[in-house]
Amino acid sequence: MSDTDSGPASAERETDSSAIETSSEPTTEPGHRSLDDPILEVTDVLKRFGGITAVDGATFAIERGSITGLIGPNGAGKSTTFNCITGVYEPDEGSVVFDGIDITGRAPNQVATAGLVRTFQIAREFPEMTVLENMMLAPKNQLGESLWQSVAPGTRSAVVREEEHFRERAWEVLEFFEIDHLAEKYAGTLSGGQRKLLELARALLTEPELLLLDEPMAGVNPSLEKKLLEHIHELQDQGYTFLLVEHDMDVIMNHTEHVVVMHQGSVLAEGKPESVKTNEDVIEAYLGGEV
Amino acid sequence: MSERDSRRSGSPEPVRTRLEALSQWQYDLVLIASVVLVTYTGFALIGLLGGVGINSIVGFLRTVTFYAAVYALVVLALNLHWGYTGLFNIGVAGFMAVGVYTMAFITASPDSTPAGLGLPIPIGIIGGMVAAGLVGLVAALPALRVRADYFAIVTLGLSEIIRLALLSGSLRTIEVGDRVYGTGGGSGIQYPPVDTIIPWLLDQPIISVIGDVLFEVGATVGIQRSVILGGLYTLVLLVFVGLFYLLLSRIGNSPYGRILKAIREDELAAKSLGKDTDRAKVTAFVVGCSLMGLAGMLWMGSRSFVSPDSFMPIIPFYIFVALIVGGAGSNTGSIIGGFAFAAFLWEGPRFVRSILNANLNLRSPPTIYDAFVELAAGDLTPLVGYLVGSLDELRFVLVGVVLILLMLWRPDGLLGHRKEIAAATDLSRRRPTTDRPTASDGGETDE
Amino acid sequence: MSTGTERGRFANVSLQDIIGWVLLAVIGLLILDLLRQVIVGDLPLGRLWAFTWNGIVDSLYIGLAAIGLSMTYSILRFANFSHGDLITTGAFTGWTAAYLVGGIGIAELSSRLLLRADGGAQPGDVGMDVVSAPLAIVLGLIVAAVLTILVALAIDRLVYRKLRDASGIALLIASVGVALALRYIIALFYTTDTRGVVASSPQWEMPAFFPMETINLHEATLVISALSLIIGVHLLLQYTKLGKSMRAMSDNKDLALITGIPTERVIFATWVIGAGLAGVAGYLIVLDRGQVTINLGWFLLLLIFAAVILGGIGSIYGALAGSLVIGLTINLSLVWIPADLNEIAAFTLMILVLIFRPDGLFKGVKTA
Repeated sequence: MSDTDSGPASAERETDSSAIETSSEPTTEPGHRSLDDPILEVTDVLKRFGGITAVDGATFAIERGSITGLIGPNGAGKSTTFNCITGVYEPDEGSVVFDGIDITGRAPNQVATAGLVRTFQIAREFPEMTVLENMMLAPKNQLGESLWQSVAPGTRSAVVREEEHFRERAWEVLEFFEIDHLAEKYAGTLSGGQRKLLELARALLTEPELLLLDEPMAGVNPSLEKKLLEHIHELQDQGYTFLLVEHDMDVIMNHTEHVVVMHQGSVLAEGKPESVKTNEDVIEAYLGGEV
Repeated sequence: MSERDSRRSGSPEPVRTRLEALSQWQYDLVLIASVVLVTYTGFALIGLLGGVGINSIVGFLRTVTFYAAVYALVVLALNLHWGYTGLFNIGVAGFMAVGVYTMAFITASPDSTPAGLGLPIPIGIIGGMVAAGLVGLVAALPALRVRADYFAIVTLGLSEIIRLALLSGSLRTIEVGDRVYGTGGGSGIQYPPVDTIIPWLLDQPIISVIGDVLFEVGATVGIQRSVILGGLYTLVLLVFVGLFYLLLSRIGNSPYGRILKAIREDELAAKSLGKDTDRAKVTAFVVGCSLMGLAGMLWMGSRSFVSPDSFMPIIPFYIFVALIVGGAGSNTGSIIGGFAFAAFLWEGPRFVRSILNANLNLRSPPTIYDAFVELAAGDLTPLVGYLVGSLDELRFVLVGVVLILLMLWRPDGLLGHRKEIAAATDLSRRRPTTDRPTASDGGETDE
Repeated sequence: MSTGTERGRFANVSLQDIIGWVLLAVIGLLILDLLRQVIVGDLPLGRLWAFTWNGIVDSLYIGLAAIGLSMTYSILRFANFSHGDLITTGAFTGWTAAYLVGGIGIAELSSRLLLRADGGAQPGDVGMDVVSAPLAIVLGLIVAAVLTILVALAIDRLVYRKLRDASGIALLIASVGVALALRYIIALFYTTDTRGVVASSPQWEMPAFFPMETINLHEATLVISALSLIIGVHLLLQYTKLGKSMRAMSDNKDLALITGIPTERVIFATWVIGAGLAGVAGYLIVLDRGQVTINLGWFLLLLIFAAVILGGIGSIYGALAGSLVIGLTINLSLVWIPADLNEIAAFTLMILVLIFRPDGLFKGVKTA
C-alpha cells in the first residue's frame, strides 16, 4: 500500500525478542511478561455462562508490532476470550487494557473505535451490499454518519468530499488484496476465500492498531493462504499488530513470534513457537482433550 | 437512427440506450411518471367506454392521486424504518394518530369542547411532528435490543394502547380552569381542516390569478369547482411526496444510510466495525415517526375532526402491502407501491363498481344465499350483483391474497432487487486501471 | 443479531433478574392494597370474587388459543397473525352447525345457514341455549374444531408449506395476508354485522355454601370444556410419543431432524391441536358472550400474544400461565382503573416483559 499514513506510527518497534524469555523452556506459569510496549494486556479475565466457566482467569499480553498466535484444543475458551476482549461479552472479572486504556466491558463499537478490530471466523460481510459499500462502511468517525450532517445542505458537501476520499482509499485497499475486480458485486456472491479477503480488507480500512483474526485460514486453499500471510507480514512491516486464533499449526509455527496456549479457560503456556510445540503440558492438553 | 445489429431485442433499442444514459434519479422519475400516465390513461379509457362522465373520471383520478400520495408518504416513512433499518414497525397508525391529535389540540378553538390552543395550522403541524417523534423516541429507546418480530409486537401493542387511550371515556375530558380539554373520547376533537390552506393560498397575489384561470377552464370542460379545489390540495400533497422523497434519498445515499442498511443485515458486524448502531436506530426511528405524524395530518385533508376511528388498526397492514409491492429498501419502489396500492387495490375496484352499476342493472340480493338460490335457477346476475355490492369486503380479500402471493413468489417486490448504493457519491473507479493480478478464487469451501 | 448472551449492566446480576424482582415487588404492593381495600370496605368481597372469577374464565379461553399460538411459534417458528381468524372461523362454522341442527323446523334455512345474516331466526325462538338444545350445541363444538382444523391444514398446504425455510418475518407477513383473506371471505358470506346468536344463558341456583348464588350455565360449559381440553393437551404432551416429539422440536428443530423425528408429522399435529383448540375457543367465547362478529378473533389476538409472551415463547405451560396472568390482569385491574383502560394494563405489562424479560415471566423454570 502506497499511502504512508495508513499504518499506525511505527517509528520504534522492538522486533527482537529481548523482552521475551530467551530460554528454550516456555514460561509454564503464564504471568505477565515484562514487555516494553504492550499493546494489549489481558489480566485474570473470567466469564461464566450459567454453571459453566468458559474463561477462567486468562492472562497474557501482546507486544506492539508482533504477530501472536492463540491456540488451544476445542473448548479451551479462545473464542470466548476473543469476545470478552472485543466487547461482545462483558467479563465477569478481570481487565482488558488496550494501548494503556482500560476497555474492559466496553461495547463492541467502542472497542473498535479505540483501534482494536476483529474479524469473524465465518466471514460476516453484508451480503446484500456491494463489496465497495462494505468497504465504505469501515472508516471510523465518518462525518456523514450523523443524519443531520448528511442531510443539511451546508455540511452535505463536506460529507461528499469525505466520501470521495474514502472511495479512493477503498479502491487502493481492494487493489492491494487483488479483489478490486469484485468491487461492484454483492458481497454475498463472493466465494468463501474472497469473503475472507474482503473481511481483512475491510478491517484494515478502519485504521486499526491491533487486529484480532479469528481463524483467518479456515477454509482457505494453500495459494490464497500464502497470499494472505504475505499480506499480513507486509502489514506487520507497516506497524500493525496481529493476534491470530488458528488451528493450522504450520501457520502458527512459521508465522508467529509468540504463542499463547489456552486450555480449559486459562492460559496453559506461552512462549516462542518451537518451545510451545515441545511443551509436555501442551501436548497432553491436545491429546487428552478433543483436537 | 441507431444502427441495427443482429440482436433480437429490436425496436426498444434506441429507447433503452437513452434510458441507460440517464442517471438514477432521472430514470426513476421517468419510471414513476410512465407508470402513473399509463394507469391514468387506462382508467380514463375504461371510464369513457363505460359511459362515465368526465367529471366522474377526473374526480376518480383525483381520488386515486390523493390516496396514492398519502399512502406514498407513509410508505416512504416506513421504508426508512423497515426497508433500510430493519425495524418492523406495525404501530404506524399509533404514530399517525399522535401527530393528528396533537395538531388538533394545538389548532382547535379554545371555545369548543374539547378545547385547544387556537394556534395557526403550521404550528399545529410542527407540533404534531414533534409529538410523533417524541413518542417514537419513547418507543425506540427500550426496544433497541429486541429482535424483529418482538419489536413488531411491541409497536402493535403501543399502537393499541394509544388507540384505547384516545377512545377511553376517562381521558375524554380534562378540566383546567374554565376550559375543558381532553381527547374527546369516541367523538374526537374538532379542528380547522388542513386543506383550508388552499383557499388561503388562492388569496395570495399571483396564485389567485392561476386559480381563476383553472376555474374557468374547469367550468368549460365540465369539472366542478369543488373537484378543482380538491385537485389543488392533492397537488400540495404531491409536492410533499417529492419533498419526502428528496429527504429520504439524501438520508439513504449517505454514510448514515449505509449504517442503516448494515444494521438490517448484521448488527453485530456493524458494531464490530465501530458503528454506534443504537444511536443510528433511534435517530432513524424518530425521524420516521415524525414523518408518519406529518403524513397522518396531511391525510386528514378536508376532515374537520379527528377521532379514534380515523386511524383504523388495519392501516399499517395496507402500508406494508404497498411497501412490499414496491420493494422494501427502495424509495422509488415505495412511491410506486403506494400508487399501485391506491390505484389497483383500493380505488380501482370502486371505479369498476361504479361503471358496472352505471351500465348493468345490478341489484344486490340481501344475502349470498339468495344469490346462490337464483344462480341455481339459472340467473347469474344476482351473484355478480352481490359480489359487486360486497366490494369492500372483496378488497380486503384481494389485499390478503396479493400479500400471500408476494411472499411466495416475489418477496422483493417490484424494485427491491435493484442495487441502490448507499453512498453520497458515485463509487465507481476514478483512476485508470493498470494491469494487476487479481486474486483467484481461493476458497476451499463456501461457508 | 448478536451472538451469545446479552451484555448485563451489572456484575453478577442481570437486568432481567432485576426487572423480575421489581415486578414481583409491584405485584406484592398491589396485593397489599387489595387486602387493604377489602378490609377497609372499599371493595366488597363479592366484587373481588366476581373479578377473579371473570379473570379465570377469560384466561381459559385465552389459554386455549394461546396453546395453539405458542405451538406455532415454537414448532413452525413464526408469529402467526392469522391465529385470531382461526378463532373466528371456529365461531362461525360451529354456530352455523348448531343452528342448522337446532333450528330445524323453526327458522328458515337461509337464516340458519348464514347465521342470521338476514336477521331471521332469533336465538330465543330457536332456543339456542345449552339446556334447550344441548345436542345442537355439542355438535356445534365438534364442528367448530373439525372445520377449523381443516381450514388450517388447507392454509398450511397452500401457503406455509411453501415457506418452510423462509425467515420468520416472511412467514409473519404471509400470515397477515392469510388473516385478511380468511376474515373477509367469512365476511363475504356472513356480512360484517355483529349479531347475537346465543339465547340468554340459563341460570341454576346453587346450594347455600357456594360463593355465588346462581351459576351461569354457558359459562360453566366454557369452563368445563376448556379445562378438559387443557388437561387433554397436558396428557398428550407428557405421555405420548407425539408429545415428546413436539417438545423436542420446539427445543431444537435441527437436532430433532437429525434424530429422525418426522417433522412434517409433528407440524401436522401442531395444526390439528392448535387450530382445533382455537376453533373451540371461538365457539365457546360466543357461547359465553352471546354475540358473534368477524373481528372476534382479531380483537383478541394481541391479548393472546401477550399471554404467550408472558409465559415465554415456546412453552405450552408457560402460555397457560401467561393466559392466567393476562386474564387476571384485565379483570383485577378494574379495582384500580376504569373499565376502558383495563386492556391497556395488559398490553403495558406485555411490552415491559418483551423488552426487559424477553424469556418470559417464568424464565428459568424448565417446562415443555
